[in-house]
Amino acid sequence: MTDILSADAKTATRPMPPVRPEYERPLEPLADTTSEEVLPVYRRLWQRAWLRKSLILLCLALLWEIIARLQANELLLPPFSAAIRALAEDTISGVIPDRALNSLDVLIKGYAAGVILAFVLTSLAVSTQLGRDLLSTLTSMLNPLPPIALLPLALLWFGLGQGSLVFVLIHSVLWPLTLNMYTGFTGVPETLRMAGRNYGLRGLRYVLMILVPAALPSIIAGLKIGWAFAWRTLIAAELVFGASSGKGGLGWYIFQNRNELYTDRVFAGLITVILFGLLVENVLFRQLESRTVAKWGMTR
Amino acid sequence: MDGMTAPIPDDGVPLAPPLLSVESVTLEYHAPGRVVRATQNVSFDVWEADRFILLGASGCGKSTLLKAVGGFIAPREGRILLDGRPVHDPGPDRVVVFQEFDQLPPWKTVRENVAFPVRASGRLSRREAAERAEHYIDKVGLSRFADAYPNTLSGGMKQRVAIARALVMEPRVLLMDEPFAALDALTRRKMQEELLALWEEVRFTLLFVTHSIEEALVVGNRIALLSPHPGRMRAEINSHEWDLTSGGSPQFQAAANRIHDLLFERAEVEEESHD
Repeated sequence: MTDILSADAKTATRPMPPVRPEYERPLEPLADTTSEEVLPVYRRLWQRAWLRKSLILLCLALLWEIIARLQANELLLPPFSAAIRALAEDTISGVIPDRALNSLDVLIKGYAAGVILAFVLTSLAVSTQLGRDLLSTLTSMLNPLPPIALLPLALLWFGLGQGSLVFVLIHSVLWPLTLNMYTGFTGVPETLRMAGRNYGLRGLRYVLMILVPAALPSIIAGLKIGWAFAWRTLIAAELVFGASSGKGGLGWYIFQNRNELYTDRVFAGLITVILFGLLVENVLFRQLESRTVAKWGMTR
Repeated sequence: MDGMTAPIPDDGVPLAPPLLSVESVTLEYHAPGRVVRATQNVSFDVWEADRFILLGASGCGKSTLLKAVGGFIAPREGRILLDGRPVHDPGPDRVVVFQEFDQLPPWKTVRENVAFPVRASGRLSRREAAERAEHYIDKVGLSRFADAYPNTLSGGMKQRVAIARALVMEPRVLLMDEPFAALDALTRRKMQEELLALWEEVRFTLLFVTHSIEEALVVGNRIALLSPHPGRMRAEINSHEWDLTSGGSPQFQAAANRIHDLLFERAEVEEESHD
């Protein structure tokens, strides 16, 4: 015992692994490991993102209802139930769908024009030095400029119609999207670029077949930001100058009802705006992502 | 130099003109604030069905040289001729297999990745491209994964796709830039075997960059040795007698040692004497 201890003490600073007998053996047959553990129902439900998110929404609605009832002032804060009732009434009567369609009409025009312009500008920027300078100068100048600040000017130029709304919408979509697209394009790996040029791809074909898909994560992020900016700008612009030729949008609906102190309808309008945002984000963009960049392993 | 540009083979029959000639090529690239010389006055010739290796330590400009042959970099001096015509731009007659795995567009399945270049260069119809892609995917043993996206493949499989994609173009020269350097040792060995088996079958012309002496001896039939800073030709050596089975034999070791000496010790002595 003492011998071992003393030997231990000598080699304590430099441990040596023991030499063990070798062995060779035939491979074990494959075990059947495909049996899946069945999770309990509540765990499976909890894995659904939409269910968790709905639960959060439900809690928020409940909180609103409680606070409103404690407050007991329908003019300042109508309860959630009242807002939903107003939403249902005006949806059935066709007022809200009508206003929402007006808003969407303008929104899609402005958004599409913004996206096309952003694509043209970014393509210029990736192919020429001057285009790059143009893009960086324009974005640093105009990106911080709030679209609403351009509205008075737009009204002067394009009058009280869709034109001025589309103009400010383009402004709100173009710069953030261009920035994101350009960042995405510059982030495309050099090897992939060379592989693309190796096939003899040039010009627009090179941009469309290599750069755009490779930069798609950034482009989708830019499209999302652009969408949110456009929605915000549109509602704000409608609040400022109201209806054009009797065709008001959701912003106008909110403004009008506030003037008449229908606070529950104001909330109904806001909820509609929120619902559109959720719908586009969670259905449209989510689908786009899961069918492209997520499937390709470019994002998690 | 004169003796090397017009080699006479053992049987005395004069050779056909080379497929690819690199003639006194000096390459430079711009680093911030200065111009770095990557290679200086490098010449070599590659004949049809050669497996020509560019071997050297890092900084010898071998990858830059390969990119110049690919047409991505224009030589500062000298010229590069393919079939007697000077190389200006990247083109589908010189397909590069890179070291990096991100050379495969992640938005295309294996099948699409392999068929894409022939389609993009407009050589074949959709159906012919698909057939030929199928053929080469089978050659590299990836038929089972033809519909998989690259992000689901291992490194070795990605390189196989890149090789299939290059072969499908049936290029005049296949350019490989350390294609197996990012793979683990076992996979690398397997890939070398497969590459040689493919060469046996297809007889493509290969220009292969590596920093591994063993890989050079095994894969190549002729090795150009480059010394670094900037890259200059040190020697051209025949290595057709070695294959994957000859590793570890004394002759193979001797050849490896000879290359090692040429690349390092004597070059250093030479440089010191220059200083």
